[in-house]
Amino acid sequence: MAFLMARREKPEENLWVKCPGCGEVGFKKDLGRNLKVCPACSYHFRMSAKERIEQLIDPGTFQEMDVAILSRDPLRFKDSKSYRARLKESRKKTGHAEALVSGVGLLSGVRVSLAVFEFGFLGGSMGAVVGEKLLKAMLRAKEERIPLVTVSASGGARMHEGVISLMQMARTISGRLLLSKEGVPFLSILTDPTTGGVAASFAFLGDVILAEPGALIGFAGPRVIEETVKQKLPEGFQRAEFLLAKGMIDGVVPRAELKKKVATFLYHLWPPAKEACMKKWAKRPKEGASVAGNGGT
Amino acid sequence: MHLGFEKPAVLLLEKIQELRAIPDTKLASELGRLERKLVRIRRRLTARLSPMEVVQLARHPLRPYAQEYISGIFRHIEEIHGDRRFGDDQAIFAGFGEIGSTSVAILGQKKGRTTTEKIAANFGMSMPEGFRKAQRLVRMAERFALPIVSFVDTPGAFPGVEAEERGQAEAIASTLEALLSVPVPTLSVIIGEGGSGGALALAVADRLLMQEFAVFSVISPEGCASILFREASRENAHKAAGLLKLTSKDLTTLGLVDAVIPEPEGGAHWDKERALALLKDAIEAELAALIMQPTQERLLKRQEKYFTMGQHATRGR
Repeated sequence: MAFLMARREKPEENLWVKCPGCGEVGFKKDLGRNLKVCPACSYHFRMSAKERIEQLIDPGTFQEMDVAILSRDPLRFKDSKSYRARLKESRKKTGHAEALVSGVGLLSGVRVSLAVFEFGFLGGSMGAVVGEKLLKAMLRAKEERIPLVTVSASGGARMHEGVISLMQMARTISGRLLLSKEGVPFLSILTDPTTGGVAASFAFLGDVILAEPGALIGFAGPRVIEETVKQKLPEGFQRAEFLLAKGMIDGVVPRAELKKKVATFLYHLWPPAKEACMKKWAKRPKEGASVAGNGGT
Repeated sequence: MHLGFEKPAVLLLEKIQELRAIPDTKLASELGRLERKLVRIRRRLTARLSPMEVVQLARHPLRPYAQEYISGIFRHIEEIHGDRRFGDDQAIFAGFGEIGSTSVAILGQKKGRTTTEKIAANFGMSMPEGFRKAQRLVRMAERFALPIVSFVDTPGAFPGVEAEERGQAEAIASTLEALLSVPVPTLSVIIGEGGSGGALALAVADRLLMQEFAVFSVISPEGCASILFREASRENAHKAAGLLKLTSKDLTTLGLVDAVIPEPEGGAHWDKERALALLKDAIEAELAALIMQPTQERLLKRQEKYFTMGQHATRGR
């Protein structure tokens, strides 16, 4: 939920970036070249949807879909500012119409249906549009028989659309069920942060769930928990590594290895992916040979 | 134990009770007159409620809880315990019972009346093991072809350290998955507080009903106020309650709830027996209709319902 929006860091504000992990100051450009991972301490900065697509999808192969779906502001929600005004601002700020970018593209040569959250858009919150776009991405995966890959970065359900937002949890799970029935694989990638109604719905129902190092993942936000239990939370609580230790996810994957890892899981789970990967990897034997590649293609 | 706006009705009720204690038959007509007056006053109490007052009614300390409805509606009740993984969550009831001549699987979110009960039920806030116990019941319902009836009343899933450690998010997600995919008829009633994901987990069904003064919300008005206005004062919570569209009337208009079950004048707690009878009638009728439907048709309808959930809230497809 929106509690995460306040403590969002903005590394792209100027030329220099200070790493929240180690305090090191570096060039923004260098950070960009390093997949936004701090070269000194491996702190994973948040990525925009666009950067994420560039990281995961083979250059020039991504086709965005369902771009024109917009919210009707069903509750006419207005506090100090209207929801419509907030949507407009977010559109201007992120260059996206909503908090989810979806489409199809090749991931290491494997055609996938991809859905990526844009955290910069109202905290990546899930309202009717995000739910609908996710459902459509799932239906595409089913129709075309291509794997679904989602990258979550969301505070949860969008308050401004009330129970309609809450219902998107059930809506996306209905879509997920179709893929289970058809035997189409679904890889769910959790990035910082994935909480609330996104964590408590499709995101935790991936056949394989991978997370980025240090990502905050959970149902309730840390502030809400602290208020409930009236004590400071232990270091590392609700971080990806903690979830792995508790048996909640399948792996904590450094950003540079993520693409390769996803491709390798698809290789095993999805026969068409096996062929595509083999072709791709045959061209670049080095990349295919190592278990943990560099994520590039 | 009453809300501020209920005062006129409470004063009259006290007077009626005093009169009843007097063994004088001549008072009968006067008593009858006062009792009719009380109903009128109760009706007036809820004639023009603000959204926050509806929230207060949904949380009323005297409001009937799931346990009371379950034991009043079903016969031969047997409970199951535990998730076979970690423990037995006292915030969720899971078991079997009979309504009419139909055996059903029952889920209910419990709240306590006394302090001990409240603590045992963790104030109605479920733990992951509670949701996993619910999943066990759903699987059994499928195996033995029993319809599922669930009663929703929770401020939300428990936001605590242990709950997170044991995968609260996954527990809710997989409960939703189980209820959405189970082939038997599913019916859910929100009877009090429908608090966010923890409530939704048991509120996906072929038919979702709501009692007149229950609420269902993505976030509590207080939580919403503290995000929007940086302070969860009473006034801000009132404002937030209005913004969230959380009453049965609002949610029916938005097409998110299938039907509203009327409550006695003033709310269910003023006449628990009648509240129970109204609820029982609704459940019996809804179940009968669901059971009549061919399974495939019902499942397609369920899928369509959730595929299109919130579709009217978007444009530009």
